Amino acid sequence: MADDNPLTPAQRDDLRALAGIIIPASAEFDVPGADDPAIQADMLATLGRDTDPVREALDQLARLAGAPLTGLDPARRQAVAMELRATGGRAIATLTRVVLQCYYRDDRVVRSLGLEPRPPYPKGHVLEDGDWSLLNPVRARPPLWRRASSSP
Amino acid sequence: MNDPVDVLIIGAGASGAAVAWSLAETKMHILCLEQGGWMNPATYPSTGRDWEARFFGDYSPSPNIRARPEDYPINDDNSPIKVVNFNAVGGGTIFYTAHFPRLHPSDFRVRSLDGVAEDWPIDYDTLVPFFEENDRMMGVSGLAGDPGVPPRNPPMLPLPLGRSGALLGKAMNRLGWHWWPSDTTVATVDYEGRAKCINLGHCTPACAQGAKASTDITYWPVAQRAGVELRTHCRVREITTDEHGMATGVVYYDADGAEQFQAAHVVVLACNGVGTPRLLLNSSSGRFPNGLANSSGFVGKNLMFHPYAQVYGYVDAETDSNRAPPTCLWSKEFYETDKSRGFVRGYTFQFGRGVGPVVEAVASEQKGLLPWGAGHHAAFRRLNGHRLGLSAICEDLPEEHNRVTLDPELKDCHGIPAPRIDYTIGENTARMMEHGIAHAKEILAAANATDICVNSPILHGGWHLLGTARMGTDPARSVINEWGRSHDVKNLFIVDGSVFVTSGGVNPTSTIQALALYIADQMKQRLANLFD
Repeated sequence: MADDNPLTPAQRDDLRALAGIIIPASAEFDVPGADDPAIQADMLATLGRDTDPVREALDQLARLAGAPLTGLDPARRQAVAMELRATGGRAIATLTRVVLQCYYRDDRVVRSLGLEPRPPYPKGHVLEDGDWSLLNPVRARPPLWRRASSSP
Repeated sequence: MNDPVDVLIIGAGASGAAVAWSLAETKMHILCLEQGGWMNPATYPSTGRDWEARFFGDYSPSPNIRARPEDYPINDDNSPIKVVNFNAVGGGTIFYTAHFPRLHPSDFRVRSLDGVAEDWPIDYDTLVPFFEENDRMMGVSGLAGDPGVPPRNPPMLPLPLGRSGALLGKAMNRLGWHWWPSDTTVATVDYEGRAKCINLGHCTPACAQGAKASTDITYWPVAQRAGVELRTHCRVREITTDEHGMATGVVYYDADGAEQFQAAHVVVLACNGVGTPRLLLNSSSGRFPNGLANSSGFVGKNLMFHPYAQVYGYVDAETDSNRAPPTCLWSKEFYETDKSRGFVRGYTFQFGRGVGPVVEAVASEQKGLLPWGAGHHAAFRRLNGHRLGLSAICEDLPEEHNRVTLDPELKDCHGIPAPRIDYTIGENTARMMEHGIAHAKEILAAANATDICVNSPILHGGWHLLGTARMGTDPARSVINEWGRSHDVKNLFIVDGSVFVTSGGVNPTSTIQALALYIADQMKQRLANLFD
């Protein structure tokens, strides 16, 4: 069976480690990190058109680290990640966006934000009507728009 | 061999649909060619858990990023504002925010009133019956009585203020500045077969509920029942002409990629302010060496976008976020000219309710508000669901160096030259944007917002494509006459945003469609001598 994973095993390891640096797990908020297996699986399954820039970012990361990210001590790992963030351009911006968009649609994370883990359709949302009396001072104003003469 | 038709419309978007519907009552044989296809609302982003992520991919506002088979590439490298469009039945109305203001009466008299640009050859009053007809066909929600605009009576009640609208309204009242619930094409009650809005919130990249008006669900069903033929996945390459300088039809590529010729007695262009000049310039011939209908040299010139100056911040209170249609209010406080501001003309403030969690995370990370590491979670919870924002939609004045040409190298999948955009923001508009940013910050301060962010101009904010085949009475200074017919080719009409003489400071779809209905009405009144 062919391996249809868009990233090499080393790139997957680095992506997981970097994602965990971007968004670590939090006991305080009871949420996983972005290195969580389910979130990682979502990233790999949906990379699609972002594959090339993500690979590019991971190549940059490998050059900066000189070794697998998980093999570095925590301080060095953090320093490499921050350097990549500062110098990685469009590629790291895309990778970061991929991490964020998969993280913030994870059921556990969405629930932790007080939101329902579902698409907007078909349930929708309830929007409160608001206080229309706020418009009273505006209603009292004279017309603001300029009248203009008719066609020449 | 295709049978000749009486009227051939190119483009099934905002204007093409309106003109098709209006002309249908003539019982002429009307055919519309559209390069895109019918959309399937069951596949719209808001139906899936990846609804926000798709905004960065197959539902990106940029055709260059989106790159659907129906899209064509656009070289907009030489522009600080990138073109936004959508190619399908419904066109840009599939992919718009449904904000539906009209141009103001003063927008048609900019030379007379303010000494800049040129007056339109028609006026606001001429368009009023067509604005009203279009409001009914598209289904507009809004609130009568706004002192900021001429009287109008939207057929549906406005969208609720919600939390965001109330917060912004209170801030505007503190400043004593005008605000009003926006006119939108979002149905607030069941309307003409459309279900009412249930606040999916993700309105711009297509509405799965069908509450947002797009012409595939408003004009087109009625036009087709009246006999108009709509042929999809047909991309027009050029308009052909005869020895008398009359249009004879078009060459297009059908859904299988095969080259076809379609003969027509009348050709109507409805391809937007980029697609229309592209097609005219690509229709050059021995008789029309500089492009069709271009004896003035104005085809492709005077491109206007409406630069957007976006400002937002964060409040302690919870906002509506993504859980409601994104636009809620407008302000006309700075719309009409006041020369003490340092510029002429003006802008509309368009207020937003907030964004969803993914967009918030991506934007805040890019702005440096959302850190990597341990502080991430607390920071995100302070930002998410607390955003209030607004944009100044600034009037762009026509400048000939802002233009659409044919790219010498880039081509679409059919080998048709892609449009190239050369555009800079004018000095008057730049001053207007700075004014808008400063006053938006005052509004957000009045709402007690902090962490203020500015995007000026919005990079992927070229929603409004205007001015590149403008109307006028002088054939040396305009492309079409005051009722929509080409000065040069007497059976060629243009009905899209390219005919705008000036841009105003509002979202243009309402005015584009009113103009299309007006031009269709003029055609119907002149059928006996349409080519004289």
